[in-house]
Amino acid sequence: MIAVWIVVGVVVLALLYGVLAYNHLVRLRVNVDNAWSQIDVQLRRRYDLIPNLIESVKGYAAHEREVFEDVTQARSQAEAASGVADQATAENQVSRSLRQLLAVAENYPELKANQNFLALQEELTGTESKIAYARQFYNDEVAALNTRIQSFPSSVIARMGRFAPREFFEIDEPAKGPVRVQF
Amino acid sequence: MRKQIASNKRKSVVLVAFAVLFAAGVGYLIGYLIGGGSTSVAITALTIALIISIISSWVSYLYGDKIVLSTSHARAVTPQEEPRLHNVVEGLALAAGLPKPAVYVVPEQAPNAFATGRDPEHSSVAVTQGLLDMMDRVELEGVIGHEMSHVRDRDILLGTIVATLVGMVVLMAEFLLRWMFWGGMGRRNNSNEGGNGFAILAIVGLVLAILTPLIAQIIKLAMSRGREYLADAEGAMLTRYPPGLASALRKVAGDTTPMKTANNATAHLWLNQPSRTPGEEPHWWEAMFSTHPPIQERIRRLEEM
Repeated sequence: MIAVWIVVGVVVLALLYGVLAYNHLVRLRVNVDNAWSQIDVQLRRRYDLIPNLIESVKGYAAHEREVFEDVTQARSQAEAASGVADQATAENQVSRSLRQLLAVAENYPELKANQNFLALQEELTGTESKIAYARQFYNDEVAALNTRIQSFPSSVIARMGRFAPREFFEIDEPAKGPVRVQF
Repeated sequence: MRKQIASNKRKSVVLVAFAVLFAAGVGYLIGYLIGGGSTSVAITALTIALIISIISSWVSYLYGDKIVLSTSHARAVTPQEEPRLHNVVEGLALAAGLPKPAVYVVPEQAPNAFATGRDPEHSSVAVTQGLLDMMDRVELEGVIGHEMSHVRDRDILLGTIVATLVGMVVLMAEFLLRWMFWGGMGRRNNSNEGGNGFAILAIVGLVLAILTPLIAQIIKLAMSRGREYLADAEGAMLTRYPPGLASALRKVAGDTTPMKTANNATAHLWLNQPSRTPGEEPHWWEAMFSTHPPIQERIRRLEEM
């Protein structure tokens, strides 16, 4: 009789653990999705800035057509991209082409003094740092989920619930200073 | 981090309970003296004190941030007015995974900043005009990262409650003193009441004399120096760049502009101890309420990260 009760107890405890672990995994997955949507908001904000930026540079440097085309093409590719890795590659292309655009702008002192252009440049810098911060948060959330999925015994529940590890979002970061410390 | 949040919530509850009990005690004492030893008057005064203190605690929980912001003359700014500040605040909110706090600017030339509110959903970050003018983007990110850590750890809840409670005690004390001079003492022709007035004056004077250092001590206990180091470290972890905050703190340390709106009730909220007197050394009255670790030590720790 006692043996039966022990077995029942163990089964109940295991079920309880399973439910808790499952709910925790769900919560982590929701966190990752939320974090990703924050990145998405910022990426979209950058896409929206691009046409305005091109317009304002065009006013002073209409003949730099190649650079404008590069940016526009990179933007449409990024908008069409799906999946974390593809998105990262496309976004890196956007960042690179934007950097070229700004490098071109450097050659036009009048443009650099233009209030509208300066405001757009602040918006772009702000958005790029927000992308970086949102990415940082997303990657932390992915790490939490993946650790949970891979470590025992939650890995058993993860397999039963078909939880898949997520991909990190790896993009080039805007450089901050001479030293970058990794925690 | 979660431990810090729980500890701050617990401390807030204890502090409010303590303040309510203390107010009830003072109310009883005053009622006892006014009533000339009558218990029913004392009980009435106790009840009134209890009701007032409970209501004011509730108000300081709900509107403490607004009170702190308005006593600092902080002004809400739009993203159009201060795009850089708004972008930085939003970026660090993203890094911390929190909603974006409301953004305020304090019209002071001394570089400083504070955060207030009861939780991340009701939070505000305020920086002085001097800070905005002086700091580049990376330094500003360092400062906002520090403030965002205060928001995340609920330091803002405890800090704001402390600020409003202390502010209320100061107001109440002033009110009582005035009432005694103009009300209590005015009816001196009645020898009995005059005698009471004097007794009350003596008691209130005594209570204030005991209370002020006690309050200073409570603030220090509640807002331990450790939490500034912690916010520095966590802020640096948010920006992933400790030299940013270190450089900002160095600029703050090098600036000795006095702050007009500095007061002992809100001093513990600021990034660095604000002072009304120019120069490096704070006034002894302000030094008593000093809650911040030495800024050079904070810079040193950031440099070591």
